[in-house]
Amino acid sequence: MKEARDQIFASIRRSLGVREGDAVRRQAAEARMEAARPGIQPVRGRGALEDRIAMFTRQAQSVSASVARVPRAADIPAEIACFLRDNNLPPAVRMGNDERLRDINWQGGGLEISHGASDGSQLNSVSHAEGGIAETGTLALVSGPHNPTTLNFLPDNHIVVVRGEAILATYEAIFAQLRTRFGKGVMPRTINLITGPSRSADIEQKLLLGAHGPRRLHVIILAESAGGDV
Amino acid sequence: MTAPMTSPQFKDNAHRALGDAQLQKALGNVRHAVIERRAAAAAALPEFEALRDQARDIRDHVLQHLDIYLEEYERKVTAAGGHVHFARTGDEACRIITGIARRRGAKSVTKGKSMVSEEIGLNGALERAGVEVIETDLGEYIIQLRGETPSHIIMPAVHLNQEDVEQEFRKRHTHLDAGRNLEDAETLLAEARGILRQKFLAADMGITGANFLVAETGTSIIVTNEGNGDLTQTLPKVHVVVASIEKIAPTLEDAAAIMRVLARSATGQDMSVYTTLSTGPRRPGDVDGPEEYHVVLVDNGRSAMLGTEFQDMLRCIRCGACMNHCPVYHAVGGHAYGWVYPGPMGAVLTPSLMGVDKGGHLPNASTFCGRCEDACPVRIPLPKLMRHWREREFERHLAPVRVRAGLSLWGFFARRPLLYRLGTSIAMRAMGWLGRKRGHFARVPFAGGWTSYRDFPTPQGGTFQAQWKKREKGRQGISR
Repeated sequence: MKEARDQIFASIRRSLGVREGDAVRRQAAEARMEAARPGIQPVRGRGALEDRIAMFTRQAQSVSASVARVPRAADIPAEIACFLRDNNLPPAVRMGNDERLRDINWQGGGLEISHGASDGSQLNSVSHAEGGIAETGTLALVSGPHNPTTLNFLPDNHIVVVRGEAILATYEAIFAQLRTRFGKGVMPRTINLITGPSRSADIEQKLLLGAHGPRRLHVIILAESAGGDV
Repeated sequence: MTAPMTSPQFKDNAHRALGDAQLQKALGNVRHAVIERRAAAAAALPEFEALRDQARDIRDHVLQHLDIYLEEYERKVTAAGGHVHFARTGDEACRIITGIARRRGAKSVTKGKSMVSEEIGLNGALERAGVEVIETDLGEYIIQLRGETPSHIIMPAVHLNQEDVEQEFRKRHTHLDAGRNLEDAETLLAEARGILRQKFLAADMGITGANFLVAETGTSIIVTNEGNGDLTQTLPKVHVVVASIEKIAPTLEDAAAIMRVLARSATGQDMSVYTTLSTGPRRPGDVDGPEEYHVVLVDNGRSAMLGTEFQDMLRCIRCGACMNHCPVYHAVGGHAYGWVYPGPMGAVLTPSLMGVDKGGHLPNASTFCGRCEDACPVRIPLPKLMRHWREREFERHLAPVRVRAGLSLWGFFARRPLLYRLGTSIAMRAMGWLGRKRGHFARVPFAGGWTSYRDFPTPQGGTFQAQWKKREKGRQGISR
């Protein structure tokens, strides 16, 4: 094992014509990792909050996600019930123990709520995203008991709540936020960047939804409407 | 252990492919849809060309500092509770992975699509160790049923038509009603989804590849559309990542920068559906995710490519754009190339990894039209690298006797301009006279390989040099 490792490193250095203790190269690499500087970032994701929400919505819809917007967290159960009804789905959802979801009053929405990971027998799941990325209509979800990863993939219908102000311009903006939360160079076990529902084009390049993951992705943006009134 | 190869028989393979009507029909999907989608995605992003330059520069920087980044990556994976294994050869990598499977008593293994696992012949090794291997990418699943290898690095079943898939499913899924309707692609997908769902839930170990290995954080990233990679790595108790050593990205920002050109170049999507960043195994409090996380880093000839004229090939991010745009790939498909990596990138990489004696034919399968380089997101000079291999092949006397004799003969005349001009002008005039009635030749001596597929047009006038001279004279006359 050790021998294989050492030989590979020796071979890389021999081929590059460098020595192990080469301080200049080490410094260049370490400085790059330390700075973690963003490169070129597309202009299209940038803008004020409403512009970002609009871009996010457009992009997510263009990859077959459905998007709704509610002004208050208390409106989320009704929105979920409405989505399930519209798609002829049973009013039962599974979710993790995310505080932002737990704090919602789920009584009265007519929804049957269960908690925990998915074992493949649940039809609908609800997750709370860390944020959204306007550039491509992408959701960023972080693993843990709050939002178990299996909820993102096993149920047929995935409903994701994201706060409007957490919709940022680019992937880099989300990474910067994760660094603040988890510390430099430290990551949660899994980050899922999700752009639309699952799909495959492996049969004659025909685009089909619902390959192995969810057939439907419904995004609920929690944000007061632009004018402030509901 | 490496995947079996038929690259030395490229010419025979290509012949067969050209006569295969089913294959030719399927290849139509590459010739049109994929090229248009990429062009549209590139045109919709004003920063696209600058992003390609940036991606090239990041990849160059990584290769120049590969040892340092690999050390940091290893440190970070270990700190997150994962295990890093280094494998010099494919054989060594297979031994490490079958060893993990044996230690964990794994009976069934699900796999996400991974080209390096194809390269090292991992499925065969696991099966010989008594482990059931299930490919879960829809395309990979189909070809695994058929006992085939991928014919494309991102669209593994692109050589098949829908009826081929239907036929295979009927043959293999015998537990289902024989009279069932499988007319639509949707029903084929639903059937595979149902079968594979059970496999996902029952698997003891999941193996994925990696699009990026982030040194800053010890994170492996996979980019997929189906979600099969995520089910593969989330449900079983053990997740094994197998990746080649050059997949490093220094930071998350560098990975994001390359992601922006990856999906656009590969499928014409702005972003693939699932981009998943994985760092170590299950954390305290987690209710799902793998208990063990391993990364197997495979060299298999790559470290020896650094510092050579083929180093640029290691910039490759495996998007498949070069083959999507290649007229030779369009004509013969991926299997003709005879090994894991087809198309222009395969024509450069195969001789690098397997030796010019085995893969030396492949760089000849190019018209040097340059479309591959135009489409490459990291601007690999593929035609130039193919030319380097052609030179090597010639230098090492690996080219067939007839090719060498032909080139020597041509060289003899080319070095004697007077004789060359005389010879060609006589030949052109003779051919012009002989073919004056029909306007073309159905057969030309020594050019049977060319004329058996198309006619050779009758020369219309003097030689190229004579025409050029005339044209230049005319232009000078005008400018004066």
